[in-house]
Amino acid sequence: MTNEQLNSGNPRVDIEYRRKKNAEEMRHQVISFALMIFLTLIAFVAVAYEEFSGWFVVPFILLLAGVQVIFQLFYFMHMSHKGHEAPKLFMYAGMVVAFVTILCYTTIIWW
Amino acid sequence: MSTIAQKKGFGATLWDYLTTVDHKKIAHLYLIAGGFFFLVGGLEALFIRIQLLKPNNDFVSAGFFNEILTMHGTTMIFLAAMPLVFAFMNAIMPLQIGARDVAFPFLNALGFWLFLFGGIFLNLSWFMGGAPDAGWTSYASLSITSEGHGIDFYALGLQIAGLGTLIGGINFLVTIINMRAPGMTYMRMPMFTWTTFIVSALILFAFPPLTVGLFLMTFDRMFGANFFDAAMGGNTIIWEHFFWIFGHPEVYILILPAFGIFSEIFAIFSRKRLFGYSSMVFATVLIGFLGFMVWAHHMFTTGLGPIANSIFAVATMAIAVPTGIKIFNWLFTMWGGSIRFTTPMLWAIAFIPSFIMGGVTGVMLGSASQDYQYHDTYFVVAHFHYVIVGGVVFALFAGAHLYWPKMFGTMLNEFLGKITFVLFFVGFHMTFFIQHFLGLWGMPRRVFTYLPGQGFETSNVISSIGAFLMAAGVIVLLVNVVITSVKNEKVGNDPWEDGRTLEWALPSPPPYYNFKQLPLVRGLDAYWLEKMDGKKGMTPAEPIGDIHMPNNSFIPFTISLGLFIAAFGAMFHGDEGNTWGVPVLIFGLLFTLGSMFVRSIKDDHGYHIPKKELLDDKDLGGKA
Repeated sequence: MTNEQLNSGNPRVDIEYRRKKNAEEMRHQVISFALMIFLTLIAFVAVAYEEFSGWFVVPFILLLAGVQVIFQLFYFMHMSHKGHEAPKLFMYAGMVVAFVTILCYTTIIWW
Repeated sequence: MSTIAQKKGFGATLWDYLTTVDHKKIAHLYLIAGGFFFLVGGLEALFIRIQLLKPNNDFVSAGFFNEILTMHGTTMIFLAAMPLVFAFMNAIMPLQIGARDVAFPFLNALGFWLFLFGGIFLNLSWFMGGAPDAGWTSYASLSITSEGHGIDFYALGLQIAGLGTLIGGINFLVTIINMRAPGMTYMRMPMFTWTTFIVSALILFAFPPLTVGLFLMTFDRMFGANFFDAAMGGNTIIWEHFFWIFGHPEVYILILPAFGIFSEIFAIFSRKRLFGYSSMVFATVLIGFLGFMVWAHHMFTTGLGPIANSIFAVATMAIAVPTGIKIFNWLFTMWGGSIRFTTPMLWAIAFIPSFIMGGVTGVMLGSASQDYQYHDTYFVVAHFHYVIVGGVVFALFAGAHLYWPKMFGTMLNEFLGKITFVLFFVGFHMTFFIQHFLGLWGMPRRVFTYLPGQGFETSNVISSIGAFLMAAGVIVLLVNVVITSVKNEKVGNDPWEDGRTLEWALPSPPPYYNFKQLPLVRGLDAYWLEKMDGKKGMTPAEPIGDIHMPNNSFIPFTISLGLFIAAFGAMFHGDEGNTWGVPVLIFGLLFTLGSMFVRSIKDDHGYHIPKKELLDDKDLGGKA
């Protein structure tokens, strides 16, 4: 994690490293923020545009929502950083179990 | 608080246990409460076997029989097996990974009190108008028409107890991920810690479906909802799905820690490293994962159709593969080892054939077309008692003998332990082996009696005699516990002499802060490695310093008590002319929320054991 202090005697090294890291971090956040605004606009347009049927719009904006969740988790909640392996593993495992369960219900159990 | 041991009065000891957040004391609580419910469930089992001793018996009435068999299953699974497994997890797992306590000591205590109040609530049904009577699975169409408050006790009691289990599981997960000692990588964790880890993940994913199912049941029965009422547009099958999405992982939640305890025992008493450690880890993870993909094999006869049945049948049989890996690894661990036939080792050796028999009948039941023949017969009863008693209960007995010195500082008598083993082992096979045949001959499960002249008489007598032998075995164990406690001969840190993992480097019982200095772990079987290098204890990984400890707290008790009170309100508010139900429900919930509020606003930073005290105190934990 970027906030951690480095074990260097020279305070300048630490500060410069952190400044560089922070700048990079900021750039990522701005880019993903712009992308998220853009995706939100697309979602609004898709709903507003009357030519598209509901069968296209609903899955489409759900897909966009999924992308937004990923942005949120990885860039704003810092899941792209080191030290998040266990939460990631559990989230993925939970998603797989939930997905398989729902797949099961919809395909073979409720006919 | 001082580290100097003082003799305390009964009141002080009681208050200490009511407020404790120490994982070792919570383990004692789990062991005592779980042991008590185990005896209650055992008594219920004896009543079942007395009733079935002869045809047309009238020892109990048909309705009462349903209550007994329901409470036997529910008590044994939720209130005996789970807490006893939790007792060993609490007592041993933090020691095995080199931690001073679990990650959230407060939550650990909360988990215990929730379980206990849930269990007491469920058992109060005996004195308050009848126990639940729809089987431990409580299938919806039967349970929503059941009269009286029995099923309400089931839904509310299990809800409260289940909350405690969920909290406990999350706590163990965080502990294992975050609090391992320096050098304790995942692939150096002892097998019991690994199984605790996987089981906690299963609890995390499996208990929410039960919570949802129980809430639906609660609303259907007490608040006028119709989730399971087909006439009102509900679907009665949903309950079965929710129950078994939880229920199948639940049986792995029980058996995996048993596998963990046996893995430790085989390694210790064969004086060998566990054979195929990494494949054991892999098999444990795989069993945990596959456990979520097979729930519908409990519902083959529900009418899901041939495709669903085939898929779930194949998935079910796949689980035999990782389980087989484990069995062979245990056999190879013993192969060429210098085996000592101690009491824990006897249980472990007896476990292998017993559990395999249960596994084989499991594969038979997993074959969907055959299942139509076996369904709801004594064959099923024989199967799940072979895996649960032959697997889990054997492990609990083995673990009790193995870890007794670590938990209480005294050794259980080996001779009496072996008598317990012989009585219980013989009684177990006598009771349940014949039940396979009873099932194949056509005796249905959950019936309160049978007619003469159907060929069931002799077999049922044999089965009942076996049950009494098991009871005799348990009584010998209780005598053993009393004798050991009265004698009170303290033992050293490694009473079995071949301890391999970190807990055996600590005194028995360990000091309340566990490790004076966190140990440096240099490989799998950390303590064994140091012993083989001729050292007396672990190499410390840090200098002696102040140790931060949590304060005791009475709040977990009050939080749980509030839910306990609220449950009575929820249950009785719908009765004819009841006026106090809703106020009691609100009062109970406010009591719980108020306790949580106090916990939130009160600053409690714990306390520090000063370095000086640790340095003065040469005996406590100096070795680790």
